[in-house]
Amino acid sequence: MNGKPTKQNSILIVDDEIVVRDSLSKWFKQDNYRVDSAEDAAHALKKMGCGPWDIILLDIKMPGMSGLELQQRLREIDPAATIIMITAFASVESAVQALKEGAFDYVTKPVDPDHLSHLVQKAIQHKKLADENAQLRQHISEIMRSEDIVGSSPQMKKVIEMAKTVAQTDTTAMIRGESGSGKEIIARAIHANSARRYFPIIAVNCGAVPETLLESELFGHEKGAFTGAQYRRKGKFEMADGGTIFLDEIGTISPKMQVQLLRVIETKQFTRVGGNEVIASDFRIICATNHDLEAAVKAGTFREDLYYRLNVFTIFIPPLRERKADIPLLARHFLTRYTISMNKPVKDISPEAMDMMVRYDWPGNVRELENVIERAMVLAAPPSIRPDDLPFQLIPKHHAPADESIDAVEKTHIEHVLAKYGWNITHSARILDIDRVTLYNKIAKYGLIKP
Amino acid sequence: MSSLLLVPIPPVEIEHILLLRPALQSTLNIETAIDESIHLDIAAAFDAYRNQYNSSVLLTSLQEHFPHYNGKILGISKVDFFVPVLTYVFGEAQLNGTYAVVSTYRLSDTLYGLPENTQRFIERFRKEAVHELGHTFGLYHCLDYDCVMHSSTTVEDIDIKGDNFCPACGKIVKRHLHARL
Repeated sequence: MNGKPTKQNSILIVDDEIVVRDSLSKWFKQDNYRVDSAEDAAHALKKMGCGPWDIILLDIKMPGMSGLELQQRLREIDPAATIIMITAFASVESAVQALKEGAFDYVTKPVDPDHLSHLVQKAIQHKKLADENAQLRQHISEIMRSEDIVGSSPQMKKVIEMAKTVAQTDTTAMIRGESGSGKEIIARAIHANSARRYFPIIAVNCGAVPETLLESELFGHEKGAFTGAQYRRKGKFEMADGGTIFLDEIGTISPKMQVQLLRVIETKQFTRVGGNEVIASDFRIICATNHDLEAAVKAGTFREDLYYRLNVFTIFIPPLRERKADIPLLARHFLTRYTISMNKPVKDISPEAMDMMVRYDWPGNVRELENVIERAMVLAAPPSIRPDDLPFQLIPKHHAPADESIDAVEKTHIEHVLAKYGWNITHSARILDIDRVTLYNKIAKYGLIKP
Repeated sequence: MSSLLLVPIPPVEIEHILLLRPALQSTLNIETAIDESIHLDIAAAFDAYRNQYNSSVLLTSLQEHFPHYNGKILGISKVDFFVPVLTYVFGEAQLNGTYAVVSTYRLSDTLYGLPENTQRFIERFRKEAVHELGHTFGLYHCLDYDCVMHSSTTVEDIDIKGDNFCPACGKIVKRHLHARL
């Protein structure tokens, strides 16, 4: 297997005796481990910056800080590291203490090579299972969240169909749609239905991360790459190995990042910030934007080559106002969710409230709808949500009356202004530029009634 | 042309080395010679407390005797080898270097209370010699159980694995040999 690149496991050896460090380093290097060593606690803590280490071999007796004490410190930095204690004297007491504090096992110097080799293999296996377990837990919670695609409108059915189609392939997918229309949910659904589903989906909101941090966020950084980079950190591309990386708001990234991104997409290789090691990662890209990328390409703010790289398979999510048939469905879906999470017996939405919601334009799309339902759930008196529980902005849009006489137009306008300002007569009169008495007269004339 | 030099480190059975030479020559396809010019003093590697010989010290001695050798050097002895942290080793090599040592001490069945089996002993000896030399060609332990570079910490492990390189490891050795031509 020497010819094939395999995932290299790493071992850190901490021992004050140079012969022990040297002979163990040599021994493990022959097994193709990434090996480093430290002579005392201070050096070991420093070396944690070059981690993460799969296995740490730790001498119990060292000048300065003892192995037992160091074990605790190392755990604080990397709780997932597997620690094996080495001791020159078979001191049961300290070994038991080490095991109690979470060491994987302990060995006595000199150690039987067969025993050491099996022990380390067992520890690596154990660590792999633990890592996989954590990954699967994360994955399950993602699957639970990805049930959220609700919609029976033809437009939404088409979106779901397209997502299913592209999920079967490794093609780069671009999801476009207005803010709040559920781009991330579609991205997660694509991942959950793809062959990569047992690996993570890593979401990065490119718009939410400051430009200066985005590079380290995506590619990771080495210890000391910049002020505050205390330890080596994996980037999102590295974390997405085997899985999917979801780049939200791709339209906001700077020209410099665009160049870097282009290279990573083409080579699937990159280096951490401040590092030289070339890291290869196998990821699939799904990106999303609500920007007009075509216009940005024309204006020269978005690279054309990157645009074509990303825009391989595009899914447009229509805004909620264009698929009003989905509004009742979504509203009930969120109602059920909040009934459970708030434990409140509000079981229904009154027809009037539903009617208002269907007529509303939803500039914030599904996210706005969800927030409106959540807010209404707080306000609503069981058993149902009524128009009063909906926020003020939901007042139906004022339409031109069918009757186009001056009176009819005036009546509708006054009605609208009054509603807008909560029937505050003084304020409404000022807006209408008439005095309060005139407004009272007009209200009486048109028979307007305060709701 | 690159070559392989076998260096007897007494105490050692010369006839074992004579048997090993043609086997190595055919496996590695490399000119193989036996050095008769030096007598390495093994005493420096002796650890009285452990009653064993430190193989790392022997590697250093070989390096001192043949500082600029163009090829590979394999030291052979019948004493028991150790490295400080391990109870014993069958041999030791410089990864991607020039020098390697191998011990025949633990390869004989008689050590394990069994009747002597010369053929099995020679097979083990050959595998371990090729294995340590493999490290000098930059090879790591191989996951292929049949490859001679598969890690073995007991004689049973040595018996199970094959006496030659798997295709991937063989390719690396070949590349090294060609590069030196």
